[in-house]
Amino acid sequence: MMDTYSIMRAFADSWFLIAMFAFFIGAALFAFRPGSNKVHKDIANIPFRHEDKPAGDRD
Amino acid sequence: MWDYLKLVIFALITVLAAIAASYARDVAYQVHAILVVLIAAGLFVYTLRGVGGEKVVETGYMDGPIRVGAALTAFWGVVGFLVGTFIAFQLAFPELNFAWAEGYLNFGRLRPLHTSAVIFAFGGTALITSSFYVVQRTSGARLWGGNLAWFVFWGYQIVILLAATGYLLGATHGKEYAEPEWYTDLWLTIVWVAYLLVFLGTLMKRKEPHIYVANWFFLSFIITVAMLHVVNNLAVPVSIFGSKSVQLFAGVQDAMTQWWYGHNAVGFFLTAGFLGMMYYFVPKQAERPVFSYKLSIIHFWALIFLYIWAGPHHLHYTALPDWASTLGMVFSIVLWMPSWGGMINGLMTLSGAWDKLRTDPVIRMMVVSIGFYGMSTFEGPMMSIRAVNSLSHYTDWTIGHVHSGALGWNGMITFGMLYFLVPKLWNRAGLYSLKLVSWHFWLATIGIVLYAASMWVTGIMEGLMWREVDAQGFLVNSFADTVAAKFPMYVVRGLGGVLFLGGALIMCYNLWMTVKRAPAAEAAGDAAAAPAE
Repeated sequence: MMDTYSIMRAFADSWFLIAMFAFFIGAALFAFRPGSNKVHKDIANIPFRHEDKPAGDRD
Repeated sequence: MWDYLKLVIFALITVLAAIAASYARDVAYQVHAILVVLIAAGLFVYTLRGVGGEKVVETGYMDGPIRVGAALTAFWGVVGFLVGTFIAFQLAFPELNFAWAEGYLNFGRLRPLHTSAVIFAFGGTALITSSFYVVQRTSGARLWGGNLAWFVFWGYQIVILLAATGYLLGATHGKEYAEPEWYTDLWLTIVWVAYLLVFLGTLMKRKEPHIYVANWFFLSFIITVAMLHVVNNLAVPVSIFGSKSVQLFAGVQDAMTQWWYGHNAVGFFLTAGFLGMMYYFVPKQAERPVFSYKLSIIHFWALIFLYIWAGPHHLHYTALPDWASTLGMVFSIVLWMPSWGGMINGLMTLSGAWDKLRTDPVIRMMVVSIGFYGMSTFEGPMMSIRAVNSLSHYTDWTIGHVHSGALGWNGMITFGMLYFLVPKLWNRAGLYSLKLVSWHFWLATIGIVLYAASMWVTGIMEGLMWREVDAQGFLVNSFADTVAAKFPMYVVRGLGGVLFLGGALIMCYNLWMTVKRAPAAEAAGDAAAAPAE
């Protein structure tokens, strides 16, 4: 019979570690998916739109 | 209806705070209760005068809190640097701990005032201000929640007021960078949840299909700080009418929680939040998109996953288990990679526009700040290695490291942000004087160099003096010997502070004159003060 600390500790440095690492690798790989260049170019230019007023606002 | 409800709430707070003031068990609590009475009564009168007024539908961006925020950021900066410079001279010349002000203005009371003033007042106001600006521009949407943004803004200023007066009167948790007592902590929690709501609400009604990377950094800063703040400040008040509270954790658990908080305050408050600034203001000032958007995504996720584990490196050679301190050390070293990835991304944004460095002192300031980000994120991992830490820990090297990060990275990027924002917010064609920006730039840079260099010298010196043993194995130096040997470096450090403070004062003058004197944006055409293209 293990105490709560040991159970959580064992879970943290095995399955949860793998899950977090997999998420991180997945997020990094996802950034390099085919077709991402076009999307990223568009996002990177967001700061140069809507400088003075919200989108769709008329003055 | 809402107005009447507000009146009832303000009246209730005024009465309850007045009762609390009369039952107060200590001075700090009493002063704070009186402050709350004054603020709530003031708001009551203010609301009462506005009852029944016409409600106008607001359009455009909500820049009111951002304008006040830009002014207050500069103000808190000067206050924080001034207190810092004063306590630097207190260390060099102990006579400055005046006998008549003992218990209020001595080093022990002023030191948390300095750290909180620069980190939470200057840095925090800069973060709230810039995040409100950036999230609106990159979402193409007005801030969500109407006046909730004003609540967040002024609510945070009340936190600063309660914290600062509390330190001078002796109300403190005794936890580094988390000193404010329980009621200030509770109030900050409310304000912070409102901050999260305003930020998320604005992101949800965004007109752009994607969330720009700066907002990812700001969001991680808001969420993580909420988590850190709540867990590290778990405490039970001794009395509802007193400022004293007792920590829930004790011993090594308390120490580990504190430095899990402390290091992530650096990681998410002073790094992630300010990286949000970098990813917006550097591309804007350089007038070209960020070098690699892919790198910024990897930078973000790597930083988030690594920083949270680095805290134990503050507790090498203590009661903390070895595995925990090794974990903190290893993650700190791995953290070097995303940090430098981010630095390269920021610097390379200028590729093809390096000539701007010659003509635009604002971009020079931003580049130097990214340079200091790179330097301090190299120095930090190095100092977290146990063998290096055995020399550097408890010495002034640590203080030098913190200041090359805080003055160099956080300070300079905030100055750059203010120089960018003020002409935009007050619709000016450009800054009042670029020459004064250059003066600020050089004063600040030389000030940091003096500060960091003197602290390296004195830190390594005292580290070596502390461990020096003679042939019989006895320690050669007493503690007082190291204190005496440090005197010249302490004076140089103070002078560095004077230069940095002088630069900040020049900035305040320049920004003030920009608002007062610089030509308006439309009328000006090609104004002389605009940076040369």
